[in-house]
Amino acid sequence: MKPENQELRVIDTAHLIGEVEDFRNKGYRLVNVSCTRAGEEFEISYSFELDLRFENIRIIIPPDADIPSISGIYWGAFIYENEMHDLFGVHVRGMNIDFKGNLIRTTVPYPFRNTSFKGEGPCQDR
Amino acid sequence: MSRQIVMPFGPQHPVLPEPIHLDLVLEDETVVDVIPSIGYVHRGLETLVEKRQFPEYVYIAERTCGICSFIHGMTYCQGVERVMGLEVPERAHYLRTIWSEYSRLHSHLLWLGLFADGMGFENLFMNAWKHREFVLDVMEETTGGRVIQGSCKVGGVRRDIDQETLKKMERDLKGFEKGLKEMANVFLNDDSIASRLRGVGVLSRNDAYVCGAVGPTGRGSGVPIDIRMTGYAAYGEVDFSPVVEEDGDCYARCAVRVNELFSSIEIIRQLIDRIPGGEIEVKVKGNPDGEYFSRSEQPRGELVHYVKGNGTKYLARSRIRTPTLTNIPPLVKMLQGCELADVPVIVLSIDPCIGCMER
Repeated sequence: MKPENQELRVIDTAHLIGEVEDFRNKGYRLVNVSCTRAGEEFEISYSFELDLRFENIRIIIPPDADIPSISGIYWGAFIYENEMHDLFGVHVRGMNIDFKGNLIRTTVPYPFRNTSFKGEGPCQDR
Repeated sequence: MSRQIVMPFGPQHPVLPEPIHLDLVLEDETVVDVIPSIGYVHRGLETLVEKRQFPEYVYIAERTCGICSFIHGMTYCQGVERVMGLEVPERAHYLRTIWSEYSRLHSHLLWLGLFADGMGFENLFMNAWKHREFVLDVMEETTGGRVIQGSCKVGGVRRDIDQETLKKMERDLKGFEKGLKEMANVFLNDDSIASRLRGVGVLSRNDAYVCGAVGPTGRGSGVPIDIRMTGYAAYGEVDFSPVVEEDGDCYARCAVRVNELFSSIEIIRQLIDRIPGGEIEVKVKGNPDGEYFSRSEQPRGELVHYVKGNGTKYLARSRIRTPTLTNIPPLVKMLQGCELADVPVIVLSIDPCIGCMER
């Protein structure tokens, strides 16, 4: 198996649009946008690929912050950004298609923001 | 300008085995815009990493999809193995790759059947699913499961395939391939199919790239994205090239899948010829601490399993980015400007797996 080299850089939110534009101008395609809870903050990772070269940039934001949309640069990014909003409650400014919380129908708002299993611990601990 | 109306498509529709909803904005019979909405069967599987130990989560990962379940399990395992620095035996990589390609055959044949059914070609539907039975029989014989195999684990695989069975699999591929050629001839050369699919739901190469199209949806528009080319599992040991079509219409996406059937057979033959002996798993010690974006080529396109460990038995995060999710924006582009009567065929042409998307 050939292990894939993956680069990851943490950047400031203010530089996000510039960095993403740079990827676009170089011909990279957008692979993924994902959100992860990291303590009290959120890590948002943007993944790109060009000729099998896989690169990631990451911003770390407080839970109540909002971030700029990259859907003006990569049109298809709206699907990830709406998903991130609906599951984690991350506010994204300026999405080209904003579902306003209605892309994914959830029974509770932002279910991944603070996951809980109704008092249950891991099943092995029971 | 004609008056615009909004027509709901789904979540229940004869061509949709699973629920997705599209609001079609129509001017007369022409679709001018599309607003998708999902989440009817969202399961929140990703959050179960907090409740299941990392070796157990492979069962959850496999159940993300009922078609390419093996590839989900394998991609998750690859991610954890990379974080833990595990060296999986070569034989296990070969076995994983063989099962992955059988999964691709199974998925493409299932889709070709459903696609034929969506076009009203019942006979062809039954023919495609007859061939699919052969693939499921092989999966059952070698793993014990037709759909959920459970044969992949962190550190390798649970089951080996003995040499005699491998030789039998290789022999049986000959008859299977002959039957597929007859079926492929209909899909690729029948006038009624060509006239139903050619020029319908065109996605340009640029739109495919900007919208993030992956798998046969992207390759049908001339974008040669195939994650197998990264050489994960044993793909680095076999000779193949991505199947690419240039026209970007429903016919092109169908042709990519039809031709990939033969590409998969060729890959399986090479793997059976070259599979090394030896162990099929390594012992796993410790807990994952770190992160990795594990990628693979599902039948529908690029799959990403992001895993993040925190040094405990429970992962901090699992993110599953499925190809259907990323093929929704391209679907919106394909549908803009099409005729209402073409919507079912165009929706089917991206091979939507809502179960995957609603993980």
